[in-house]
Amino acid sequence: MKRVNGKKINMKQHTLKSVATVVALSAILMLGACKKKAAPPPPPPPPPPASPTASISVSPDTIQKGQSATLTWQTSNATDVSIDGIGAVQPSGTQQVSPADSTTYHLTAKGAGGTQDATTRLTVTPPPIVEAPPPPSASEEDLFGQNVKDVYFDYDKSDIRADQNAAIQADMAFLNQHPNINFTIEGHCDNRGSTEYNLALGDQRAGAVKNALTTAGISASRIKTISYGKEKPFCMEDNEACWQQNRRGHFVYQK
Amino acid sequence: MDDSHRKAPQFFADSSLSIWPARARFLCVVSSLLLLASTSFAQDWVRTGSGLGVEKVRLAVPDFKPLNGDPQNTALLKTFNDTFWNDLDNSGVVELVSKSFYPLQVPGQPPEVTFGVWNSPPPNAAMLAFGNLAVVGGKVTVQGWLYDVKNTASPQVLGKQYNDVATDDAARIMAHKFADEIIYRLGGGISGIAESKIFFVSDRSGHKEVWGMDYDGSNQRQLTHQGSIALSPRISPDGSRLAFSALTKSGWDILMYSTDLNRLVSFPRFGGTNLSPAWSPDGAKLALSSSRSGSSEIYVCDASGGNLQRMTTSRGPDVSPVWNRKTGAQFAFVSGRTGLPQVYTMEADGTNLQRMTDQGYAVSPSWSPNGQFLTLAWTRKYGPGEPGSSDIYLMDIASKQWVQLTHDGGRNDFPSWSPDGRHIVFQSSRSGKEEIWEMLADGSKLHQLTFTGRNSQPNWSWK
Repeated sequence: MKRVNGKKINMKQHTLKSVATVVALSAILMLGACKKKAAPPPPPPPPPPASPTASISVSPDTIQKGQSATLTWQTSNATDVSIDGIGAVQPSGTQQVSPADSTTYHLTAKGAGGTQDATTRLTVTPPPIVEAPPPPSASEEDLFGQNVKDVYFDYDKSDIRADQNAAIQADMAFLNQHPNINFTIEGHCDNRGSTEYNLALGDQRAGAVKNALTTAGISASRIKTISYGKEKPFCMEDNEACWQQNRRGHFVYQK
Repeated sequence: MDDSHRKAPQFFADSSLSIWPARARFLCVVSSLLLLASTSFAQDWVRTGSGLGVEKVRLAVPDFKPLNGDPQNTALLKTFNDTFWNDLDNSGVVELVSKSFYPLQVPGQPPEVTFGVWNSPPPNAAMLAFGNLAVVGGKVTVQGWLYDVKNTASPQVLGKQYNDVATDDAARIMAHKFADEIIYRLGGGISGIAESKIFFVSDRSGHKEVWGMDYDGSNQRQLTHQGSIALSPRISPDGSRLAFSALTKSGWDILMYSTDLNRLVSFPRFGGTNLSPAWSPDGAKLALSSSRSGSSEIYVCDASGGNLQRMTTSRGPDVSPVWNRKTGAQFAFVSGRTGLPQVYTMEADGTNLQRMTDQGYAVSPSWSPNGQFLTLAWTRKYGPGEPGSSDIYLMDIASKQWVQLTHDGGRNDFPSWSPDGRHIVFQSSRSGKEEIWEMLADGSKLHQLTFTGRNSQPNWSWK
């Protein structure tokens, strides 16, 4: 069977070569019509059947479960190419694979000259649980929390302190990159002084932060402000470090 | 009595008192001696208020007596007698004669009065208030008299009878009513305050809500149930509505509570942060602070919330307006326009701005019923390294002269005048946490009204 098939192919190739030879000779004859006719050369002997070659590779060779890799193979002198687990394939080609477990891809190339094998192995690792992508909204909120910095104020003041401009710049950068995020600026005060006056002061602080952002191009429609005065302190002690913690414009992500 | 002596302030006590306990004890001893040495030292205080310079009437108040053997008498008599004594003692109008000077047999009815025992030493009383109580068939009856015991020929000044269902509340209300009658007659025709109410903010429910109580701290009850933060309750002059500021879904809004309906009634939302409502003396208008246009400014609107008009235009926060309680023609308010908050006055049309306080941190003005005085919370020395505490001050508006009323440490804020102008209620942290305290307008007779949770921003009813 094999031989028969191989001969058949060889004969076909031979015939093609013969045809080509004839054409070429005809051309030479026509070009050299004025020349003497020469005797045609004897037909070349049929070449021995070439043994097939095969190679297969996968890129990348390691994936996480659920990801895919590209399988690339090349063969020559093969009439029957197959990959275990995939089946018959073209002599050369590529294919995306996404196996659940580590897999060895075994390519078999059969031709008149014999059979050639090639293998490649794709390693599949389980997905790391901690790096599972969270839902997009939570991610945005987390990013907001990580990137947007509160703005701190001096005692009884509601103007933006020079050393707070870096925080405003960082906030601007993030908010510009995430134009769909809406947010609230809470104005807070330390626990000294009067409830009513501190609520008005907190209102001015929230307004000052909002004003700094809108002046720099953030749309006012994204920003709500609220004053908490001294009603919701971050820190409860009676010292300057604590008071400073409480004198701030606090950013809150709006769901 | 002993308690009020110990609490009475001293003019030389300073704000460092709280961090010098040994010195504080020393001062207490000194103050007790001073007070025992009596009134010559009291003149070192600048005393202000109505009816000053008038010798206080010596009033003897023996316990009212049971008229029959009903088992309910004992409990109701205790409530009545305690309430009645406290009302007269707190009034600042009379000098109560100590019970240790009373004879063993005290009168329950007019025929039992022995004048010579009362009008000569040791009681040496000018006036005698006495009477009786009886429960009959679930109803309680109180009879009370006020006698001028020096005028033996025609002693009766007052004779009153009260009837109600026999409850503790009824006994307390009867005591308030009769005390007010006496104070009205002995206090120069100014009505007593025993039936007045105080509204305040308490966190004892878990949230800051508006509460109400009788003027003496009894009968405390929660009014609002916002579940967020409710602040700055202000009762209307007729007592029917209570304006306050609360955190709602849209921010800080002025809300209106009906004390007749016991529920919120509608009031418009103005936008921005809306704080510190204040009633005009005719009850027709409200002043408030709103940041609806950007920064906090004083606005005036109708009592319905309509016809909102802006009264101030300044860069700093303007809050805590209060009307001239007598004329309604001026406001006092707090402004941060020059830095630290100061108290200002202006005409009701927004003209004639006057800065009243010269330094420090001055907030929470309250205008006296007679129109002449402001009381306010003031930290005169304020800033880094200045441990000054917030104290209650009294200021004569015309002269801007002031006198410090509290000296005993803690943060003192939100003073509010009683209807008779003789008392001031305020919040103080002197006990370790914010509570409501009350005193006479000269700083004497200080006593605590609330003890549960944190309590703040008291507002005394107008009558």
